[in-house]
Amino acid sequence: MFGWEFPPFNTGGLGTACYGLTKGLSRQGVDITLILPRIGDAIDPAYMRIISANLDKRIKIRSVNSILKPYISSEAYLDDLVRMLSNDKERGMPPYKKYIDRNTKLDLSTMNIKKGLYGSDLFHEVYRYSKEAGRIAAEEEFDVIHCHDWLTYPAGLEAKRVADARGMNAPLITHVHATEFDRTGGNPNDYVYHIEKEGMHKATYVVTVSNYTKNMVMRHYGVDPRKVHVVHNSIDVGDSPVCNEDFEIKKHHKTVLFLGRMTIQKGPDHFLAIAKKISDFNPDVRFIMAGGGDMFTRIVEEAAALGIGDKVLFTDFVTGMDVDRAYRMADVYVMSSVSEPFGLTVLEAMKNGTPVVVSKQSGVSEVIRNCLIADFWDRDEMANKILAVLNYPELKQCLSDEGMREVRALSWDQPARKCMDIYDKALTEAREW
Amino acid sequence: MVAVCFYFQVHQPYRMRKYPVFDIGRNSHYFDNEKNYSIMRKVADKCYLPANQVVMDMIKETGGRFKASYSISGIALDQFEEYCPEVLESFQGLVDTGCVELLDETYHHSLSFLYSRKEFRRQVSLHKKKVRELFDCKPEVFRNTELVYNNQLANTVEDMGYKGVVAEGADRVLGWRSPNFLYRPKGTKKIKLLLKNYKLSDDIAFRFSERSWKEWPLTADKFAAWVNAVNGNGNTVNLFMDYETFGEHQWESTGIFNFMRHLPREILKNPDNCFKTPGEVVDSYEPVAELDVPHVVSWADVERDLSAWLGNGMQKSSAENLYRLEEAVINSKDKKLLEDWRRLQTADHFYYMCTKWFNDGDVHKYFNVYDRPHDSFIAFMNVLTDFRIRLKKACETSAEGMKRPCPA
Repeated sequence: MFGWEFPPFNTGGLGTACYGLTKGLSRQGVDITLILPRIGDAIDPAYMRIISANLDKRIKIRSVNSILKPYISSEAYLDDLVRMLSNDKERGMPPYKKYIDRNTKLDLSTMNIKKGLYGSDLFHEVYRYSKEAGRIAAEEEFDVIHCHDWLTYPAGLEAKRVADARGMNAPLITHVHATEFDRTGGNPNDYVYHIEKEGMHKATYVVTVSNYTKNMVMRHYGVDPRKVHVVHNSIDVGDSPVCNEDFEIKKHHKTVLFLGRMTIQKGPDHFLAIAKKISDFNPDVRFIMAGGGDMFTRIVEEAAALGIGDKVLFTDFVTGMDVDRAYRMADVYVMSSVSEPFGLTVLEAMKNGTPVVVSKQSGVSEVIRNCLIADFWDRDEMANKILAVLNYPELKQCLSDEGMREVRALSWDQPARKCMDIYDKALTEAREW
Repeated sequence: MVAVCFYFQVHQPYRMRKYPVFDIGRNSHYFDNEKNYSIMRKVADKCYLPANQVVMDMIKETGGRFKASYSISGIALDQFEEYCPEVLESFQGLVDTGCVELLDETYHHSLSFLYSRKEFRRQVSLHKKKVRELFDCKPEVFRNTELVYNNQLANTVEDMGYKGVVAEGADRVLGWRSPNFLYRPKGTKKIKLLLKNYKLSDDIAFRFSERSWKEWPLTADKFAAWVNAVNGNGNTVNLFMDYETFGEHQWESTGIFNFMRHLPREILKNPDNCFKTPGEVVDSYEPVAELDVPHVVSWADVERDLSAWLGNGMQKSSAENLYRLEEAVINSKDKKLLEDWRRLQTADHFYYMCTKWFNDGDVHKYFNVYDRPHDSFIAFMNVLTDFRIRLKKACETSAEGMKRPCPA
């Protein structure tokens, strides 16, 4: 499986989904060789502790030295590369490395950073990663190749080529957590689009995280619907710690939360416009915008320009327990995404008992019942629903109680079983050929 | 001798539009006239008109031996008058045959009995008056909204002069007893209680087109055989159901109309069988025992309780908030306010907020027609907020002379 680093070492839904699915599959008795891009070949001891505490022996991790990470853009890749190669340790670390460092006092001097080790641009790095993947595929035994999102599709294809050469008939499953159309608000990068398209067309089966994304894959990538399977994401609620803090702000204000990368996909600009409407209606409401991203400065400036600079509070990236704290602090969580293949944050908010208003242009709204939904562009309706949660305590209570009950019934075992059915189907067909 | 007693419920609510928070204080049109018109038109064509024709044919064919009864809510009658007067005319034609009896209910199809006896009585009188105006008849048997019933209801409507009342023949009410006899509600002197035979009623209303049901397809002679089996073991088989069963819940293509066309003939093949209206049943038989129903029963779902309308916090609080305004609304003497307040009482609004099936995953019937239950609650509470503002203004105007405090 070509996956991604697990939380809290990586931000965003992709790492969380890979972690959940891996856990679910291992509980179902699947042996997994998980291949991860990781900076430096050394495996962090803190990381291994988490892995061994949460996963059983069925999972073997192999890492490829790479600075690929989810949601990376060409520009961000170059920034990271420059930082990696600079000597300044603190400035050179991506945010999640800072987190590890603060918490584990890891000695970074052991990191193996050499000039010329990484690809000169993102696409070169994706290519280099795929070649490394092929090398690993030549050494490992496996029945199925499963890869997650476009950065790993070339790796999956390369592994498939190597497997074919070894006489192994291993089906390739490409798992679509997001498409270039979602990430760019409908203005895809041609190169990324073609990698995605090739990955989907050459795969035995394509897994999408929602019907919404299945439609996207059919419409924009021309994939035969018969080979696309929907496996909705899930959540394991059981073992998560509960935050019972009293928040001072709650005594004075109702708060509305945005949490996500500030990119065009997540609709932070729509959130601000909605905030403005709500603020005009009730000036006591406060808005918390958690997350960083390429639109961050624009959004801060726009909040001021709209005259609600004093009502919108910004936090940078939040990680670990702070994410749960952010949900708990809020009276309502708003996912205003323009296009959201799934939307795992909705499940995380519900786990914390926070009512959710979610964009209809999302996968999560297909499966979750105890949330309010509205079109992301229908700002009046979004504001109407948010205000209803703030104004009518019975509604808030009902969404909170029933929502917690609803997510408690979920687990990653369900998607894992669906994936196993897809493996079985693919393997049976492979044998028949 | 066993009498088959049909009672059909006819009701359409005034559905609310998606009233947004920004309309509060600016726009006091709460109801979706276009939707109400189009649904009424659709149901008229698929159900009311063809079903009335079938009933009329059955009466003629049997020389008046087929009998049936209807309870038509006041707001359904209003919408017939407004949107499809031909439906009203066809009901009038049925009543004129003398083979069709009308029952009384609350005008606005409300749950007012649970919140205010005074308002309940007012709405029943309004219904009585409306039925007299349109049909020139005086109902003597009462049915409460969704067959919501307990001892107190029977006592109240006895006091209002009714000779019969209908209720659900729920297992937890009857225990080992049969729904095929009349009962005397606890604490009453004269009024008689008719209980729905839910098994046979639901065979038609719910299971008729269910292909996985072992009795499918249900034919008129098979059903008549089940009715015959009651002979010697009961006086009456009470078949109570929504009239929309015919053509709307069970589409015409399921054969439901043909089933009904053949049913009277099959039933009457047995000379011991007949059809009676609820009033005739009450006149023909005596209660076999007293029936004590201290807790509320209804005809809804497997629970047969109030949980479909008042099961969750949203439903309870919206209903309580609405009825809390009673005194102020009545005192305002503002006809428009009074009518809006009553239309908001219609049980359907609370039914739309139900999360019970929603959480059981049985959402199909739900999602197709309406939004999520929370959306219904939001619209209702936004409307109520606007309504309170209007009420407050009306109170202030009328209180200037009278110095009455305004509870809104």
